[in-house]
Amino acid sequence: MAETSDSGAFVAFERVQKSYDGETLVVKDLNLTMPQGEFLTMLGPSGSGKTTCLMMLAGFETATYGEIKLDGMPINNIPPHKRGIGMVFQNYALFPHMTVAENLSFPLEVRKMGKSVREEKIKRALDMVQMGSFAGRRPSQLSGGQQQRIALARALVFEPELVLMDEPLGALDKQLREHMQFEITRLAHELGITTVYVTHDQTEALTMSDRVAVFNDGRIQQLAPPDRLYEEPENSFVAQFIGENNTLEGTIKSISGNTCEVQLDDGEVIVARPVNVTEVGQKTRVSIRPERVEMDKSRLQEGAHTLKAEVLEFVYMGDIFRTRLRVAGNTEFVMKTRNAPDQVRLKKGQQIEIGWLPDDCRALDA
Amino acid sequence: MSDTTQNGPMLAADGTPLKRSLARALRRQKMRALMLISPLLIFVLVTFIAPIADMLFRSVENQMVSETLPTTTQVLGEWDHSAGEPPAEPVYEALYYDLFIAAEAKEHTKLGTRLNYEYTGVSSLFRSTGRGLDDLGDDYLDELEEVDDRWGEGAFWYDLMTGTGSTDEDLVAAHAKRLEQLTGDKLSGDVGFAPSTEIAALLPKTTAAYADFAVYTALVDGDVVAEEDPWESVYVGLMTDLQTADVASYSGPEAEALQTAAEAAQGIEYIPLKTFFAEEDEDWLNVDIWATVQTYSSKYTSGYFLNAVDLQLTPDGIEARPENQQIYIMLFKRTMFMSLAITFSCIALGYPVAWLLANLPASKANLLMILVLLPFWTSLLVRTSAWKVMLQQQGVINDVLVWLGLVDDAARLVMINNQFGTIVAMTHILLPFMILPLYSVMQGIPPSYLRAAKSLGATNWTAFWRVYFPQSVPGIGAGSILVFILAIGYYITPEIVGGTTGTFISNRIAYHISSSLNWGLGAALGAILLAVVLLLYWAYDKIVGIDNVKLG
Ligand SMILES: Nc1ncnc2c1ncn2[C@@H]1O[C@H](COP(=O)(O)OP(=O)(O)OP(=O)(O)O)[C@@H](O)[C@H]1O
Ligand SMILES: [Mg+2]
Repeated sequence: MAETSDSGAFVAFERVQKSYDGETLVVKDLNLTMPQGEFLTMLGPSGSGKTTCLMMLAGFETATYGEIKLDGMPINNIPPHKRGIGMVFQNYALFPHMTVAENLSFPLEVRKMGKSVREEKIKRALDMVQMGSFAGRRPSQLSGGQQQRIALARALVFEPELVLMDEPLGALDKQLREHMQFEITRLAHELGITTVYVTHDQTEALTMSDRVAVFNDGRIQQLAPPDRLYEEPENSFVAQFIGENNTLEGTIKSISGNTCEVQLDDGEVIVARPVNVTEVGQKTRVSIRPERVEMDKSRLQEGAHTLKAEVLEFVYMGDIFRTRLRVAGNTEFVMKTRNAPDQVRLKKGQQIEIGWLPDDCRALDA
Repeated sequence: MSDTTQNGPMLAADGTPLKRSLARALRRQKMRALMLISPLLIFVLVTFIAPIADMLFRSVENQMVSETLPTTTQVLGEWDHSAGEPPAEPVYEALYYDLFIAAEAKEHTKLGTRLNYEYTGVSSLFRSTGRGLDDLGDDYLDELEEVDDRWGEGAFWYDLMTGTGSTDEDLVAAHAKRLEQLTGDKLSGDVGFAPSTEIAALLPKTTAAYADFAVYTALVDGDVVAEEDPWESVYVGLMTDLQTADVASYSGPEAEALQTAAEAAQGIEYIPLKTFFAEEDEDWLNVDIWATVQTYSSKYTSGYFLNAVDLQLTPDGIEARPENQQIYIMLFKRTMFMSLAITFSCIALGYPVAWLLANLPASKANLLMILVLLPFWTSLLVRTSAWKVMLQQQGVINDVLVWLGLVDDAARLVMINNQFGTIVAMTHILLPFMILPLYSVMQGIPPSYLRAAKSLGATNWTAFWRVYFPQSVPGIGAGSILVFILAIGYYITPEIVGGTTGTFISNRIAYHISSSLNWGLGAALGAILLAVVLLLYWAYDKIVGIDNVKLG
């Protein structure tokens, strides 16, 4: 593969559209660039077009409009088998009639590598995923997690510069999944591979990625590093989709620079940070993360707004307490407090006052 | 903990060893399962397995010679064909009586037909001789009646043979049994006759012939022995006995008549039976015919099987058949070759179709499936005849080729009534049996394997050959087994479009079963075919593994 183009974009989607049936667009105007070595996750609900994007990149689907560039080259000019893209499929797609070693040997054989080179690479790849002693087994003789690791090893054994993974951990149990998440990120960073990872598990996306692209309805809703995505969602879909989130509905009363006043539907007024609201009178949804809700006035700003709340439910969760409240007519308002020695344990029906920093309260589109 | 220290076998709750109680429980389960399927099992056994077993048994069964000529084959046992001399008088004597009762029971022509498979001409020999057997006895009777009228009367004979004193019931029983074997029917009832031991000792041949007559008259015809005139063979027996018997001392009933007859017999010309047979047909002196009878006198024979592989059982051992009669090995080879050719062409044509079926969108795949199944909805005969129309020299294909100028009108292609025609028509007919298993296997191969292969750097061809094809092999195996086994025993299509060069062994089997009526040979050919199929199946299991075959 040629040198990375000077713009730094190793993978680039330029105004890509895709339609399967000529009636609906599954991918609408997708723009995305990735520098080499990045770990990018596509996150989104089912049917949002993630797999489609991946398949277009791998060359198994063609874009209806727009261009996908790999290392500066339009991808349409390169047949799939010459793109050098490693791929881990949703169902692993290990060849059932070959042993683990033969599966790994396959990409090396089609590249006409010598036997000794092959053996060495296979051994290295298997050791990398700690499956060295399984070389002689058939895929059907492996557990789901082991198959997954072999699929990973097979996608990496021929040292591709770009690896695509489509929900590779979907079938694994929680513990194994967490272990594999760690393994995959470690390998990706160690080998300096550019990775496009597809999942609809947001924790996975947040813990593994350099950047996350949140997909919905065929569009990227937000493309940002995990912390920014979580703390600074740019629209209410992202705020809802990533992590737990409280929303209060209201209207913009006034905007000035970095703050705005929002009149909630029950008449209360709160201060928030305007994100994608521009005009007074606009409908808005205010988003506050549960762990940013405070009931201890001393930790709030001087003169900060507080709201009355009624405790509907108090759940002890070990490290935290999760309290469901009725706030401004919203009965699904959640507050999370740390289980500290001095923390009060609330009772059902108790009336409290809650507040938050204006920066943690984001006024988003309705 | 106590379990680990216990030494003896594990015990069940009631104290019996666990193993035994488990075995008992399992046995009970099995019995119950067996009882559930037993109606079906019995049905299958009775209607399916039993007829096949019976048919296969015919390929070695050879009771006919020894049952029709029991005495002859017994006496012939000591004869040595290699001396080049026909057998001695006792054999011809035995043959006369055996043949006589066989002719009465109309069984001798069947034997002729049977021996004709082994030696051409025997059939007519038996038939013509059977007609002349009576004459000899009639001549003797005429002479005897000149001495005493009563020799032609049934009652007189009955008195003479019954005699006085003790009677020999066993002799009659033995003859009744032999008749049962000959006719193949179960005979019951009272014969109403038993010879006196004295007469039996004095006139053994007469007694034997008379016993045959009595048994036949009473048990087959259902008449009273004393009222019927004896068979001609009895007079032949009497004349033979009188040559040697000392009747002067006999004092039983009709002793006088017997003594007079014995005196008269001096003046009657006695014709030894060997001479009689030689006059009937000089083939009876032919050593080869006798050797054939001797060779096939055992109850079971490998003759049919040897015949089926172009060998023959001769008195001198196993020999190759004459060059111009060797057809079966060639037919077996041709059947194999053509079945293989059909199987391969089915794979070649069926694979792409199955692939399309498995990979087209559902609506188109359904249409294609209907087209694949269409042949099942039309009669086999119609389909085969359609190929006749297509392939014959004045047929559609030739017409088109001539019209296109590819083939000269004078040199139209011969595509029917030969191997080509059979292969084409049978490939068409058996194609669905290849496509369906292939399709069901291919449907189970997810497209992601091909994608995975390509993403790993394989070209389309490599991806297909290294990844897709190996996974479709079980389908090829299943289809091939089906098609091959169906093809190897196919009958109708080769019969219609095969001409002389395109017929299968099964056509020959059909010929032996329905036209030449040589069921033994047909059964032997069928048994060999079955063995070949089983052998191939076994080999397939060894090489590919039968659990690798997916039929659906
Ligand atoms: N081969 C196809 N033909 C027609 N429509 C398709 C095809 N593949 C996908 N689609 C449609 O395109 C849309 C996006 O599908 P895609 O597989 O990209 O979703 P996804 O984001 O990967 O979802 P998931 O998380 O469930 O895997 C869906 O509405 C789907 O129905
Ligand atoms: Mg998907």
